[in-house]
Amino acid sequence: MVMKVQLDKLNIHFGKTHAVKDVSMDFPENSVTAIIGPSGCGKSTMLRSLNRMHDLVASARVTGKVLVDDTDIYDRKADPVSIRRRIGMVFQKPNPFPAMSIYDNVVAGYKLNSRLVRAEADEIVESCLRRVALWDEVKDRLKTNSMNLSGGQQQRLCIARTIAVKPEVILMDEPASALDPLSTLKIEELIEELKERYTIIIVTHNMQQAARVSDYTAFLYLGELIECGETKMIFTTPQKKQTEDYVTGRFG
Amino acid sequence: MERQHLSSVYESDLQEIREKLLEMGGKVELMISDAVRALLERDTDLAERTIAYDHTVNRLELEIDEKCLEVIALRQPAARDLRFITMALKVVTDLERMGDKCANIAKRAKELNCEPPLRPFIDLTKMAEAASHMLHDALDAFTRADEQLAQKVCAGDGFVGRLNKQIQRELLASMMADSSNINRALKMNQVSKCLDRIADHATNLAEMVIFLVKGRDVRHTVGEN
Repeated sequence: MVMKVQLDKLNIHFGKTHAVKDVSMDFPENSVTAIIGPSGCGKSTMLRSLNRMHDLVASARVTGKVLVDDTDIYDRKADPVSIRRRIGMVFQKPNPFPAMSIYDNVVAGYKLNSRLVRAEADEIVESCLRRVALWDEVKDRLKTNSMNLSGGQQQRLCIARTIAVKPEVILMDEPASALDPLSTLKIEELIEELKERYTIIIVTHNMQQAARVSDYTAFLYLGELIECGETKMIFTTPQKKQTEDYVTGRFG
Repeated sequence: MERQHLSSVYESDLQEIREKLLEMGGKVELMISDAVRALLERDTDLAERTIAYDHTVNRLELEIDEKCLEVIALRQPAARDLRFITMALKVVTDLERMGDKCANIAKRAKELNCEPPLRPFIDLTKMAEAASHMLHDALDAFTRADEQLAQKVCAGDGFVGRLNKQIQRELLASMMADSSNINRALKMNQVSKCLDRIADHATNLAEMVIFLVKGRDVRHTVGEN
């Protein structure tokens, strides 16, 4: 098993708050790893550190290593822009660029990184929209505003925009929590397909969702990694009492 | 100490299943002792009551099954709760079968009570006591989440098996000695087999207790390693 992302003694501080404490864990390539834990446990903070999103927060301090293919993304020579191209992110609330068409949204990230000829752009738009199972629904209105799409379609559009720049890792922060159950199932189905090409790390409040979509699950509590292992094990025979209390709903 | 669920309804659902399982186990324990007493004391009324009692055990099986399905559908249990529900669904089948075996013993007792008694088989009493103890200990292990007691129950199955073989040998000798014993000896043989099966089901229950407590499936592991 190849480890795509490895955390080595990751610590994240915001001022005096120690949000993530000494976390060391691995994320296997071409698999889905879910990070679960109660509100405020540091799971989103940890996820955001994986593509250096805390760089712009003045009070944030990240120590330890985040290795992607054995290269530390916090190394001084590392370029945040190229890191974020390799490590894409999908947020809780669908956030297509509001002034742009569906078509332009898909290629927006790509255009930032390289010049595009029309034929190439057409090909990228079609292949990415097909991969997120949105093509058939929008192919006749690619030039219309993306805000006319439903919430679930907008989220799939955002995933299409993320994969258009050919990332290696996709970070998802509660990607379905703002969606209805059917749109949620479509996103979950999509995650299953995407892991063939990408390494996916998903933060979710919904434990059943973590159980459904992930191969591995990590349980965080008060900034500490309590337990990490195969999802099947975490949800049937967790080794730590705290994990068991959390997944069975006995957390006070 | 086990923490309570954040959802009190979920907690009371699980508690209801737990209590019904223990109630069902208690009823089966009573059936074992009544069925064997009906046979040994030649009490036909007690045999008939035992046969009729089987319905209450069957009814509990249906109720527990229904409640387990409801919890799975509405609560999506995980970890220990999932193991508990899985265990309950399996264990009710074992308990229901034990009830059936007791009813079978009581039916044989009714038939045997119409005929002159065969010589007493001391091992049959021993067997009934051992099987009943196994069930009692398995239920105790379940209540106290006691893995060691459950292991002890599993180890006790061999003893009942040996007693069964011993009784079968004695019955065979009795049939060979006097052909007029054959009909009654065959019925006694069925009783002995029923008690042996009851011990097997008690072992299943104990194995499921180990699964519940430790998350380790110990079924079909005898002779491995």
